[in-house]
Amino acid sequence: MATEVHGAEAVIEEGEGVRRRDFINVAAVSFAGVGGLAVLGPLITQMSPSADVLAQATTEVDLSAIEAGQAVKAVFRSQPLFVRHLTEKEIAEANAVDPSTLRDPQTLAERTIEGHSQWLVTMGVCTHLGCVPLGAAEGENRGEFGGYFCPCHGSHYDTAARIRKGPAPKNLVVPTYQFTSDTAILVG
Amino acid sequence: MSFPWAEHYAPKNPVMKWVDERLPLPRLVYNAVGAGYPVPRNLNYFWNFGVLAGVALTIQLVTGIVLAMHFAANAGVAFDSVEHIMRDVNWGWLLRYAHANGASFFFIIVYIHIFRGLYFGSYKAPREMVWLLGVVIFLLMMATAFMGYVLPWGQMSFWGAQVITGLFAAIPIVGEPIQTWLLGGFAPGNAALNRFFSLHYLLPFVIAGVIVLHIWALHIPGSSNPTGVEVKGPQDTVPFHPYYTAKDGFGLAIFLLIFAAVVFFAPNALGHPDNYIPANPMSTPAHIVPEWYFWPFYAILRAFTMDLAIPFTGIVIIPAKLLGVLAMFASILLLFFLSWIDTSPVRSGNYRPLFKKFFLLLVLDVLVLGYCGGAPAEEPYVMISQIAAAYYFAHFLIILPLICIYEKPSALPGSITEAVLAKSKFKGERDALPGTGSDLQPTGQA
Repeated sequence: MATEVHGAEAVIEEGEGVRRRDFINVAAVSFAGVGGLAVLGPLITQMSPSADVLAQATTEVDLSAIEAGQAVKAVFRSQPLFVRHLTEKEIAEANAVDPSTLRDPQTLAERTIEGHSQWLVTMGVCTHLGCVPLGAAEGENRGEFGGYFCPCHGSHYDTAARIRKGPAPKNLVVPTYQFTSDTAILVG
Repeated sequence: MSFPWAEHYAPKNPVMKWVDERLPLPRLVYNAVGAGYPVPRNLNYFWNFGVLAGVALTIQLVTGIVLAMHFAANAGVAFDSVEHIMRDVNWGWLLRYAHANGASFFFIIVYIHIFRGLYFGSYKAPREMVWLLGVVIFLLMMATAFMGYVLPWGQMSFWGAQVITGLFAAIPIVGEPIQTWLLGGFAPGNAALNRFFSLHYLLPFVIAGVIVLHIWALHIPGSSNPTGVEVKGPQDTVPFHPYYTAKDGFGLAIFLLIFAAVVFFAPNALGHPDNYIPANPMSTPAHIVPEWYFWPFYAILRAFTMDLAIPFTGIVIIPAKLLGVLAMFASILLLFFLSWIDTSPVRSGNYRPLFKKFFLLLVLDVLVLGYCGGAPAEEPYVMISQIAAAYYFAHFLIILPLICIYEKPSALPGSITEAVLAKSKFKGERDALPGTGSDLQPTGQA
């Protein structure tokens, strides 16, 4: 815009270089631009999770009633959370795998908390497209590797909830959590 | 904006004359869809689908606006409010079934409209802008349809929202924050439902606006026609009204007949029973698929099961999930470049013997993709969709440019009128030949 004005008036003024009007144009457009950008901020960030959604960001789970071999589904950030009490056999199966052969190489020890390695806490959200895998409830299909199986697109997870077969790119996510006592965890 | 021989608006009614002098809206309508718009005289029934798409959008707008008077966009009550519409609201079931099936019919019409354009070369100069705006409309339609499907807050609604926003999570680094931002939470919830409702209400009007641009751009060169030969004189055209208003009206009657048959006798045939189960974030339906009109693209998304990696090193360049997402978006974005990929000067597929064959293969390929997209993600469907997805891209990126080099088009008619007369002359001669007319066939009684 500024150049058009310059072109039109150059004939009248017969002068080159910066004129007062150029400065006013640039200043006005810059001012309006900064103002416009400042308005965009609230318009965009209003879509981010609101305070009440963020307030649900921690969950407590009581582990005392979960027998070895059993799993429970809890809710963390409105998403399913799998808490699984691994048996000796399942731990042995998970440790028998060479991590370097895996798509997302991790050992069971890296996916559990030291001293509580029988407790496998993961999100129940398939890393492919976000379906809830089967295997946390009694009698559900646990897939070829005895962990979890996602029926949407056929991802198989092993007893450490690591991806072994199918389209999912990553292991089931282990959220941040801590043991508040020997039989209770605080997730988030 | 039109041909020099276009009829001029001359209002006889004094009120219209008064209005026209102050706001030339009657003139605009007359020149756009009235006698003031000269149209090639040889359009076939495939040219009905533009008008039909406009009618389908109108049906969606009207039923949608009244449905919004009864729907509550809150995760706690959305499902119940849809059931309230179905059971309690006067004629609510009709409005909702018309709206839900109206979306399907809108897509059927638009798919035929797109393939009409693909076959008759409607995307070629000087109509590139018409085509580009058409692809924009198609993308907006997909977004609108997806968000509308989320609103009843059933199982398919919820998991559709989860999977589709999950596509954005495939983008490296910024993907997951983008998904959280889109949903307004860590999983689909009230925030997502509410914003989808807001946008689902907004986008149809944006579509209507882009349609105005689409028609505006169309009316500069005027409509194409089945021969692909441009209009050369007044003898090649007829006024839009009454000729094509009548022809479109007939097509519209047929469309409404089929639409009504589905709405009244098979209203759930195109839907999923799972969406009559309230959304449950703790349990995914066993067989999760999008609505049928997304199946070809869903098949392309799922066709990528292997990471793009440097051989023998295990270094992954692009993970399979991101590849699928990129391919799915690319399959549509590719259409933006079509006007420049197909360099053949001949527009109509009728005069392109090689193109015609590969066009039919493309139609078949998209149908195969659609079938696989609706099937469970297991063999043989995965492998078939991989082949079909590869062929889809090969058609546009390899086959089409090669056709343009090697094809020898057949002779074009000198003009639209010449093509029309040649056809009727042939027909007249055939009818005149003794013994071939139907009235001369021997019957059992003779």
